[in-house]
Amino acid sequence: MKNVLMPAPHRILSVVHETSAEYTFRVECSDTVEHGQFYVLSIPKIGEAPISVSSRGEGYLEFTIRKVGRLTEGIFGLGAGDTIFMRGPYGNAFPVEDFKGRDLVVIAGGTGLAAVRSMLQHFYANPGEIKSLTLIAGFRNKDSVLFREDLERFKERFKTIYCLDDTEAEGFKKGLVTEYIRDVPFSAFSDYNVVIVGPPEMISFSAKECLMRGADEGRIWVSLERKMSCSVGKCGHCKIGGVYVCLEGPVFNYAEAKNLID
Amino acid sequence: MAGLKEKYKVYAPKRFPNGSVRYGEIDSLSEIVVDEKSHFSPKEVYLPIAQTIFYFKDSRCEESRPEDERDILIFARACDINAIERLDTIFLKNGGTEDAYYKRLREKVRFVLIECAGSFDGCFCVSMGTNETGNYMGILRDGKIDTQSEPVFVRENKKAVKIPDIDESIVKDVFGLEYWRGFDEECAGCGRCTAVCPTCSCFDTIDVIYNETSLDGERRRVWGSCMREDFAAMAGGHNVRKRAGDRMRFKVMHKIYDFKKRFGVSHMCVGCGRCGARCPRDIVFSDIVNTLADEAQKLKAKGGAAL
Ligand SMILES: Cc1cc2nc3c(=O)[nH]c(=O)nc-3n(C[C@H](O)[C@H](O)[C@H](O)COP(=O)(O)OP(=O)(O)OC[C@H]3O[C@@H](n4cnc5c(N)ncnc54)[C@H](O)[C@@H]3O)c2cc1C
Ligand code: SF4
Ligand code: SF4
Ligand code: FES
Repeated sequence: MKNVLMPAPHRILSVVHETSAEYTFRVECSDTVEHGQFYVLSIPKIGEAPISVSSRGEGYLEFTIRKVGRLTEGIFGLGAGDTIFMRGPYGNAFPVEDFKGRDLVVIAGGTGLAAVRSMLQHFYANPGEIKSLTLIAGFRNKDSVLFREDLERFKERFKTIYCLDDTEAEGFKKGLVTEYIRDVPFSAFSDYNVVIVGPPEMISFSAKECLMRGADEGRIWVSLERKMSCSVGKCGHCKIGGVYVCLEGPVFNYAEAKNLID
Repeated sequence: MAGLKEKYKVYAPKRFPNGSVRYGEIDSLSEIVVDEKSHFSPKEVYLPIAQTIFYFKDSRCEESRPEDERDILIFARACDINAIERLDTIFLKNGGTEDAYYKRLREKVRFVLIECAGSFDGCFCVSMGTNETGNYMGILRDGKIDTQSEPVFVRENKKAVKIPDIDESIVKDVFGLEYWRGFDEECAGCGRCTAVCPTCSCFDTIDVIYNETSLDGERRRVWGSCMREDFAAMAGGHNVRKRAGDRMRFKVMHKIYDFKKRFGVSHMCVGCGRCGARCPRDIVFSDIVNTLADEAQKLKAKGGAAL
């Protein structure tokens, strides 16, 4: 019988230091993964944690990890050539097929950007698949900006608004992402989708702002983060009412997400 | 009994030195405590409090192996026998995968029915429809296993519980009830209620290293409790159920609303009443369920308007 909790060893190919607290690990892996899915990464004797796939390519996957505790600190101690254990992919994905041929607005806060990066890279490489793409990405300050090269490139093909919580800097406006949602021409779009990723408060304020600007709740998609221990529907940690975020999520339509009461 | 023990590991409710009645291996049927409800449920036999799932040796990860080849015979009451189906739903069905650790023990489990001479304090199995079962090999009668007779089941409890009539039209209002706030202070968040519950299945996963200089260690599954404050705590200080009342709501709604909504068959709670009996704050689950039934009725009468 297959043991769904058994992690498999994978080789780390390279590590990029995005910020002092966020590193991107490129890991050897040939799985087929959809945009928005995640893996459970682990270091034996330290622990496990769910981490989104932040990029995918021929023979590798990338994970962008924020150092916050026991396991993530352990992972920061690993480098190219070291082994990391993984199981997955888990969870559903963004409905990318539905996004094709339409306008797409992506609103991302901080490390949340990791969960949409592979999708953004896909549309950057295949701009013909999407009518337009607006990216609003917010960071705490200049030192917490992730994926600098991607952000630069995205400017060429997407409409981009980058902002920092309380400072202005070259290429970055000052303020929270919610303040720039008003610049999105929802009324000019005939058919669009909105994706929101980030910390819980940022998601809820951003969704409310979109609704106030006339967006239709059925067109808003969010990726929810909840405590997870198993990621396969057994441990109960991620449950919200009758919904398991590890199984039915992490991506939810806002019309459903707004009714989920923890 | 010797013949039985050759084929089975035999578990039954027995008295432990500290006075509590809980499941343990027995050598003689006379050890079984029949005239009292066990304080703990039999779930610890097939869902151990702590279980090694992987051994880490050097850089390898090996699945743990069960220690005993024998089948498992458990002396249990109807409510607890029904409870195992709830655990089966989570561990063998939810998410379309089977949990290897649960399955390997579960497959071995056989039951002998302990009949209830009368209903114990706090029981409400009749209300939950769990007072009867057909899942047993024999009945414990007069200190022997009887495989011929028909069982006698409890038909009435001292306590009757009304199952709240909750549906989509009022569920948001039920979540929003001011009633839950009372538990913010009242409930200590100790998790005793979930430890004794035969249907609580949540767990945590922890890695341990044998000692500072060792290269070896293991990954363990240990019982978790949604009533404890850290159950939903995430990195960055986010905790979606910081208040005890929110955690009480989460547990109660799972037991008598959303488990059935998701899986369709029965409510999760089997009405054993252990949670109320073990609570240091005298919070009685069946009273909560009855209060909710009244509140749900009021909400329905109002056409779902918020209180
Ligand atoms: C679907 C999904 C996708 C994710 N994707 C990513 C991603 O792409 N990148 C990323 O960096 N993260 C991601 N996360 C979050 C990531 O899983 C967590 O940051 C990780 O589990 C932390 O593990 P740790 O062992 O390092 O931290 P832990 O040691 O478990 O602790 C982390 C923090 O939690 C808090 N904490 C721990 N225990 C308690 C307690 N008892 N009470 C209160 N607070 C406590 C502490 O503040 C601590 O700093 C994702 C999560 C989910 C669910
Ligand atoms: S009465 Fe309490 S302990 Fe017994 S099954 Fe219901 S919730 Fe669990
Ligand atoms: S046993 Fe009582 S006090 Fe402890 S968590 Fe359960 S309801 Fe709260
Ligand atoms: S993470 Fe264990 S049930 Fe979802």
